[in-house]
Amino acid sequence: MMLHEANVKKSNWFAACRVEDVAENGGVCVKYEDTQIALFYFTRRNEWYATQNECPHKKQMALSRGMIGTKSDEPKVACPFHKKTFSLATGECLSGDECAIKTYPVKVEHGIVFIGVGETIE
Amino acid sequence: MRILIIGNGMVGHKFCEKLISKKLPGLEITVFGEEQYAAYDRVHLSRFFEGKTVDDLTLAPAGWYKENGINLHLGDPVQAINRTAKLVHTFKGFVIHYDILVLATGSSAFVPRIEGVEKEGVFLYRTIEDLHLIQAYAAKAKTGAVIGGGLLGLEAAKALLDLGIADTHVIEFARRLMPRQLDETGSQMLMTTLTSLGLTIHTDTNTTKIIGKKAITEMQFADGSSLKTDMLVISAGIKPRGELALECGLETGMNGGIVVNNSMQTSDESIYAIGECALYNEMIYGLVAPGYEMAEVAAQEICAMVDKAQSSARKQFTGFDMSTKLKLVGTDVASFGDPFASGDDVRNIVLQDTVKGIYKRINVSADGKYLLGGILVGDASQYNLLLQTFKNKIFLPPHPEDLILPAREAKKDNGAGIVALPDDALICSCESVSKLTICQSVSEGGCETVDAIKKCTKAGTGCGGCLPMIKDLMVHTMKQHGKYVRNVLCEHFQYSRQELFDLIKIHELKTYNDVLDQLGNGDGCEICKPAVSSIIASLWNEMVLAKGNDTAQDSNDRFLANIQKGGTYSVVPRIPGGEITPEKLIVIGQVAQKYGLYTKITGGQRIDMFGAHLSDLPFIWGELIEAGFESGHAYGKALRTVKSCVGTTWCRFGLQDSVSFAIQVEERYRGLRAPHKIKSAVSGCIRECAEAQSKDFGIIATEKGWNLYVCGNGGSKPQHALLLATDINSETCIKYIDRFLMFYIRTADPLTRTATWLNKMEGGIDYLRNVVVNDSLGMAEQWEQEMQQLVNAYQCEWKTAINNPEIRKRFNHFINAPGEKDPTVQFNQLREQKKAANW
Repeated sequence: MMLHEANVKKSNWFAACRVEDVAENGGVCVKYEDTQIALFYFTRRNEWYATQNECPHKKQMALSRGMIGTKSDEPKVACPFHKKTFSLATGECLSGDECAIKTYPVKVEHGIVFIGVGETIE
Repeated sequence: MRILIIGNGMVGHKFCEKLISKKLPGLEITVFGEEQYAAYDRVHLSRFFEGKTVDDLTLAPAGWYKENGINLHLGDPVQAINRTAKLVHTFKGFVIHYDILVLATGSSAFVPRIEGVEKEGVFLYRTIEDLHLIQAYAAKAKTGAVIGGGLLGLEAAKALLDLGIADTHVIEFARRLMPRQLDETGSQMLMTTLTSLGLTIHTDTNTTKIIGKKAITEMQFADGSSLKTDMLVISAGIKPRGELALECGLETGMNGGIVVNNSMQTSDESIYAIGECALYNEMIYGLVAPGYEMAEVAAQEICAMVDKAQSSARKQFTGFDMSTKLKLVGTDVASFGDPFASGDDVRNIVLQDTVKGIYKRINVSADGKYLLGGILVGDASQYNLLLQTFKNKIFLPPHPEDLILPAREAKKDNGAGIVALPDDALICSCESVSKLTICQSVSEGGCETVDAIKKCTKAGTGCGGCLPMIKDLMVHTMKQHGKYVRNVLCEHFQYSRQELFDLIKIHELKTYNDVLDQLGNGDGCEICKPAVSSIIASLWNEMVLAKGNDTAQDSNDRFLANIQKGGTYSVVPRIPGGEITPEKLIVIGQVAQKYGLYTKITGGQRIDMFGAHLSDLPFIWGELIEAGFESGHAYGKALRTVKSCVGTTWCRFGLQDSVSFAIQVEERYRGLRAPHKIKSAVSGCIRECAEAQSKDFGIIATEKGWNLYVCGNGGSKPQHALLLATDINSETCIKYIDRFLMFYIRTADPLTRTATWLNKMEGGIDYLRNVVVNDSLGMAEQWEQEMQQLVNAYQCEWKTAINNPEIRKRFNHFINAPGEKDPTVQFNQLREQKKAANW
């Protein structure tokens, strides 16, 4: 399965972990070079998402430890610190703030989860 | 049409926002700003020293100007205006034509003529650039001084205190502080409070000379005295930036302010001036709210030029109320209307408390009908209501002094104050949003949260002082429209917590996913997940991290520890009743030493260890459990601690063995999950050393047995526990607590402490006593059984967690680099221990 395929210009797919390493309906933090990426397995919807791990509100490396869920049908994550919520699909802040988070494409092949860390078209 | 704006301060930015919001066709907007930074929040500049960054203070997100098609040139001051050719010349060499020119050049700091003012270590307090300079210099300064005891000067003094300069002086030329806002007594009160906070205040003091070789070392005053200081910040008022206007021949006035009419038009009809550079009716408006009002007036003028149909509806500037409220070094100060009104036709009502540092003065018309103005120092909680009463000329009650008396418990505010306000009452003065606009955003715009109202109307996005009123208005409007929606959990569950509790019990559901599939809809969220998880735990008391329930737990429960600033965790082992052996104390010390943890005694007679990395948690707990400790559930909405005093074991006043009973109670209810945290205490006599009356349930020894108190709490709104039963024996006491807790767990809303639960209960403590003591619902036996089942099912979650490899695996920061710690975690040193780095 592949998400945001249309946005990917030249993807450098990075093998992050195995499917079973990721908590169901939750997130884990993936280390890619010096970058921390939050990877979410929304098992209920059979969807994968990846975003920056840092919450822009207080600059804490915490989003992978947040609870995920939906607002209307929009998938979201809530930062464990102050419960600011962000769209997993677009990265937009859903709690009325102007900050947004970076998102990455994700694909799963042969039980391995890949995160697209290449250039993307804005 | 080309609109050119000179100045990118708060008012210049607001003007752009207003213009964009009018969606006019064919506008080309260009902005020139002198500073390197895009418009930022100058009102809260001192927050920069509380750890805010330039980004935090910036008003619009990067890219806003570009997205809205505005050409923004920063760091490029305009140098000349050619009015005949309608051209401006900039520092970087641009020459640009305009159809309409808007001057939002603001003001600069007024610098009094003092010999030596050019020396090193003398600063202004006006721009982010100034702050950077002050911050760098303050690092080596021990003493600091501020010239100016007005609004800005005291802000600057606070900034110096925040920067760690404990010896800070304020020098004011006038005879009192804040001479424009406060009268003699108010000012005196403020001075006493500020002095007690460590500021030294010199009023009636005129600086004549700044002494020092290269950098400032001393200030000399007109009365011959002097003050040694390492640095000086000048914040003695503002001076309108009218140079450009003056040079191109526009009419200017006092101090160089640019003369405008009530459409904000200058003496040249193609040029407008707004904000602190504009002189209206011989007055400069040095606050942000009137500046925003001017921006609106000017934007409407331009709107009318483009679209003739709108020309009749345009607003005029007719002066602005200069009422202000602010927090100065932790002290409320406010003034509104005419703060100094006095004389035959005025009645002054004054309340003064020298111990609490409170001074309140209201000026009322002699017939007692209207409020004319007033001053509040030390407690400005009534400011909003007073300001609205004044502005809307609301008839005063028969005893106007009630308006400034401290609220008594007997006459609680029932929201009537807000209801009485007229529709055009200005609720948010920063963004000038009226009561009507807010109510309409609820009734017609569908806003049902404060966040939604903020987004929709911008109300409450400035200083935030009006947020409580916005919330009250929202609740009031929703009720009025019969929109008192059922008390449902969130969009995923159309049930209240109590209904959900019964349903989960009847259907015997044990995982969050099952509950969502059978009783809810959608995919859950951060509101229903912890609430449902808590219900499941309260009902079955199974390991919270089992059966895929882990990711439905709130973050602290998910990792069985409290997340702290920086992303590390704190560890609290259970120490029942606060009793601990020397051997166990040593183990805690050794573990803390080994894993580099900060240690502190908690308010609940336990020891908290901070700064543990996620991957260290299982190892720390392994060692603690080995030594006989178990989880203290400090991370859960669960029983926390049962405090005790030593009672008859040591104390010469003790009536019962309070320590033993506290341990018995704590071990019975340990791990019990509830809608909110539960705290308890047992005192050995009426001296109440364990503070049992501030707990969810508290027990105090009597000669015959125990008195049981329930529903107290500390926190932001402290409430004493109420007496439920007297002189009962230990067995009865436990029974009553069983019933009380089960009743609470079953019926309270999510995140409701027992005190709030009782406050909402019809019949109050008498009803509760009937249920618990007299068994009026016939539930006592069932509740006692259910509690016994929970007690029997208790397990130490940490013991289970470290012995289960699947659960243990989750205690890693990186999934693809197990054991590796988060490299962004930083600590600072403080008193020979570490603390989390600031955010």
